[in-house]
Amino acid sequence: MELLLFWVFAAICIGGALNLLAQKHPINSALSLVVVMASLAVEYLLLGAEFVAAVQVIIYAGAIMVLFIFVIMLLNAGEEPHGGKTSMVAKLVGIPALAILAVMLVWSLGTQAGGSVAVAGAEPGPPQVIARLLFNDFLLPFEVTSVLVLIAIMGAVVLAAPLKPHHAEQILEHLKSGGQN
Amino acid sequence: MVPISYYLGLSAALFISGVAGFLLKRNIITIFMSIELMLNAVNLSFVAFAAQLHNLNGQVFVFFVMVVAAAEAAVGLAIIIAVYRTRNTLNVDQVDLLKL
Repeated sequence: MELLLFWVFAAICIGGALNLLAQKHPINSALSLVVVMASLAVEYLLLGAEFVAAVQVIIYAGAIMVLFIFVIMLLNAGEEPHGGKTSMVAKLVGIPALAILAVMLVWSLGTQAGGSVAVAGAEPGPPQVIARLLFNDFLLPFEVTSVLVLIAIMGAVVLAAPLKPHHAEQILEHLKSGGQN
Repeated sequence: MVPISYYLGLSAALFISGVAGFLLKRNIITIFMSIELMLNAVNLSFVAFAAQLHNLNGQVFVFFVMVVAAAEAAVGLAIIIAVYRTRNTLNVDQVDLLKL
């Protein structure tokens, strides 16, 4: 039963990831990323990680993807232009590096992890235990992440704030006089 | 009962498709989504090892990764908005002022 659920949601997950690559329009990619994240939440449930599954749905599939879709719609992002004008660096270096990475991952999983037959069943990881870990052993990192999120909020506000008019003119003039672009 | 190698294989497949998207897509938002895909792949292997080793530290780490990903998404999307305001494009090939 668990194996069946694993295969079904692994197939959905990989299908979503491939759809993300295949789609031209960013909004379609974003929606297939939501599919990937939701099916990953089911995989977390199969691993007995209820807390992580809930956080995955709430933060990733909820908050982060809403932010993505909001930005796509705000910028009115259209389709990528057809005609493979992929940069030469991506073609010459990226694709061989990607192939090497794929071969190495498959090889290392096949030789090493394949040997260990220990099973990852549904071992309960109740939220109480995680909360105890988080607020005892990991209290300092937890507080540091709260500072990090605060800094990120301020950074986002500063970066996304509208340009002041004279600043925008300076940039435009610089671009015009710079010429190439 | 699912062997852990299956979870690691799924994680590797997701990571590889994330790298492929990062290298092949030209839209800056899609590239950003590929990075999120890679983070998710790593999270899956964290949770799989946490379940195998009966050690919940892995799940706590996943929580931290998610917090960092949320912060990164907020700042990164703000940068994308700023880039779009000044350059009026989302194509990474046209944002090349630092290129020789």
